[in-house]
Amino acid sequence: MSAPSTPAPARVLAATGGGLWRIVLALLLPAVLVTVWWFASADSTDPQVPPLATVLDKFPTVWFAGDDLGSSLFVETVGQSVSRVLIGYAIAMVIGIVLGVLIGTFRPLRDFCEPVLEFFRAIPPPILTPILMLFMGIDHALKISLIVVGALWPILLNTIEGVRGIDPVLKDTARAYGLGPVRRLFSLTLPGASPQIYTGGRQALSIALIMMVIGEMFAAFDGIGSAIAQFQATFSTASMWSAVLILGCIGSVLALIFGAVERVGLTWYRGYLRSQRGGA
Amino acid sequence: MTSRSTTRVPGWALGLAGVAVFLLLLQILPTAGVIDRRFFPPASEMFGALSSWLVAPQFWTALGQTLTTWITGLAIAFVAGSVLGILIGEIPGMRALTASTIEFLRPVPSVALVPLVVMLYGPTMQSTLILVVYASIWQVLLQVLAGVGSVDPVADDTARSYRFSLWTRVRTVTLPSALPYVMTGLRLAASVALILTLTGELLIGTPGLGSLLIDARASGQYPLIYALVLVAGALGLAVNLIFRQIERRTMFWHPSIRGEVAA
Amino acid sequence: MVQKSHGADLSVRSVRKVYTGRGQAVEAIQDLSFDVNAGELVCVVGPSGAGKTTLLRILAGLLPATSGEVTLGGTVVKGPPPGMAVVLQEYGRSLFPWMTVEKNVELPLKEKGVAKAERKRLVQEALEAVSLADAGKSYPWQLSGGMQQRVAIARAVAYEPQVLLMDEPFAAVDAQTRLELEDLVRALWRRLGVTVIFVTHDIDEAVYLGERVFVLSNRPTILLEEVKIDLGAERDQIETRTHPAFGRLRNHVYELVQQAKKGLRSIEDARLTH
Repeated sequence: MSAPSTPAPARVLAATGGGLWRIVLALLLPAVLVTVWWFASADSTDPQVPPLATVLDKFPTVWFAGDDLGSSLFVETVGQSVSRVLIGYAIAMVIGIVLGVLIGTFRPLRDFCEPVLEFFRAIPPPILTPILMLFMGIDHALKISLIVVGALWPILLNTIEGVRGIDPVLKDTARAYGLGPVRRLFSLTLPGASPQIYTGGRQALSIALIMMVIGEMFAAFDGIGSAIAQFQATFSTASMWSAVLILGCIGSVLALIFGAVERVGLTWYRGYLRSQRGGA
Repeated sequence: MTSRSTTRVPGWALGLAGVAVFLLLLQILPTAGVIDRRFFPPASEMFGALSSWLVAPQFWTALGQTLTTWITGLAIAFVAGSVLGILIGEIPGMRALTASTIEFLRPVPSVALVPLVVMLYGPTMQSTLILVVYASIWQVLLQVLAGVGSVDPVADDTARSYRFSLWTRVRTVTLPSALPYVMTGLRLAASVALILTLTGELLIGTPGLGSLLIDARASGQYPLIYALVLVAGALGLAVNLIFRQIERRTMFWHPSIRGEVAA
Repeated sequence: MVQKSHGADLSVRSVRKVYTGRGQAVEAIQDLSFDVNAGELVCVVGPSGAGKTTLLRILAGLLPATSGEVTLGGTVVKGPPPGMAVVLQEYGRSLFPWMTVEKNVELPLKEKGVAKAERKRLVQEALEAVSLADAGKSYPWQLSGGMQQRVAIARAVAYEPQVLLMDEPFAAVDAQTRLELEDLVRALWRRLGVTVIFVTHDIDEAVYLGERVFVLSNRPTILLEEVKIDLGAERDQIETRTHPAFGRLRNHVYELVQQAKKGLRSIEDARLTH
């Protein structure tokens, strides 16, 4: 809690040196792995495992062909997939948090719903694909519904858990000061449950991605999943590898964004946990 | 001041009522025509299909195949994840070296590997196994890393000061304090592994409940689809319950961890 | 300067509390009746398990009494009444960890509908009153236990309550901090003119702080005695505590509590040597 002292030059140097060292460390293993891949696949004559050089070589012509960036296959495909995931994920978030707060707040409702919800959570979501296809055909709504149906449960159940776990002392404090329902929701319930909501959100994100790919592979004419399926069907292996790489990057980037949001949103929680551990 | 009613319905009775209402809705909505009965048969037909399939040998074969793939994948992921986790956690510098790679690879959706494994191995159990292992190994690895990090530094210093070998240190210090985390990792991995087993069967056509479902859809046996979903749900429920029980057994002394578990 | 708000009188009439859980009924409070005058500081002591916290939760409107009633300033308490602030023992858990100290103090004022500029002023003054003017931007968990409890007190003070309920507020802070906080409560009480009910298990603390000390019996709780503490308005940790009158009162209350522990249920049956 003490005010930061003026940093001595030596410390600044050490700090930047540490930062640089960290960047080197972070890039070291990926660089080694890519190099190994590069040389190991360089002489590959197996059509199924093209040399990495070929994959990268094909990358611009496959993905960025066309006059402008906006109409390139890359922007179109990735845009479709990412927007699908984000819309489905957002819907699941809203439904999950609203229902979760309701169910978590009212004990009898929770007792009533929990066994059924536990069952739904236990159903591996991909298996619901054929059922949703029966109802919705193979249009855009299907793919979003698949994502919602997969992502909803972790968010919902973690929100319930989070709301239920809010410290009774805090609830008493809120009641004693006569906080109204709206202020209680935004000052107590949502922030109090937020660590669990983030946990659910993280689980939901990876399921949402899986459901997106499944939806697109099963029934889509656009998006990264269908691009992979098409390249596979036409034996364009190098293009398919590049599509898989792009899909992997989508996953990593979304997880990175999620992590950044979580880091900001839960700053208080990390400090709180640390103080609990240190103080006890 | 209103006093709370003293005769409260116990939680389990409400839960039972919830299940009953749910089943009732499953029965009434299709029969009343609220939902298209062709695509959504009433509960009685679902359970009818289920009971007739429960005596069919195909069903048990498929269930056995699914379970075999699941448990094999889980076992590989568990062993590999634990070994990797202990190595990365115990060897100085390894954490920093591997962090970026783990952070990059972990969120890669395992279904991205579907076309690759199909190309390499075709619709075999091996293909699905790779998906399962890839998806569930992270759950184990990350929890093991967290567990190794949770070791009390004083205990670890003591072990080091007595010049314990790496193996002794792992056995006497690291493992006992990391065990609860490892078990949490196992539970999370178990459900992820089940999801990916069925996904593999659906997408690749590896034999099992998932491929049975594809057949049911192709031949228009809709009640069977729902019966299979019920089975999958029951399977998931059983997996959750069993592994939660195992987890609880190993960490009864460490209640604080439960709140921090992050998948 | 936080405005001097006028305290309200609190009256407890035949309050009884029976917990019914898991089939069997437990009588926590048998029959309690007492009056606290507007602007008075009353301490409540009793053996552990005497239902002190139960009583305080009933006074706060957080727990319904089985029978009897509590009136605050002439109004029957049904749920947490306006004009009442509480400070609970668990300082670490009664502050919202996701809000800064300032926001914690400000939150009840927002609900009260206090205008923004006025809120700012009240928060600042309350924090100054507990000597935490610089900690407004910190989070509660960045502060020591004693400081956290001061934030909880500041929150109560800023609320400008008529009644301040404190449930063993210093049970979990270290001894030195505790003495400081006791003086802080006395000072704030005198400055604000608020009615204070201070529940504690510490007999010295009760005698040092209170104008009157209520001694409770074992469960099921009744009131054993209302002890008048005539130690004057000015109290000092050294002088007051070494004063013979303090010792006498302290010993008197101590003996009562000791015998209450063993089941004393009427002041007539007490064998008092002091």
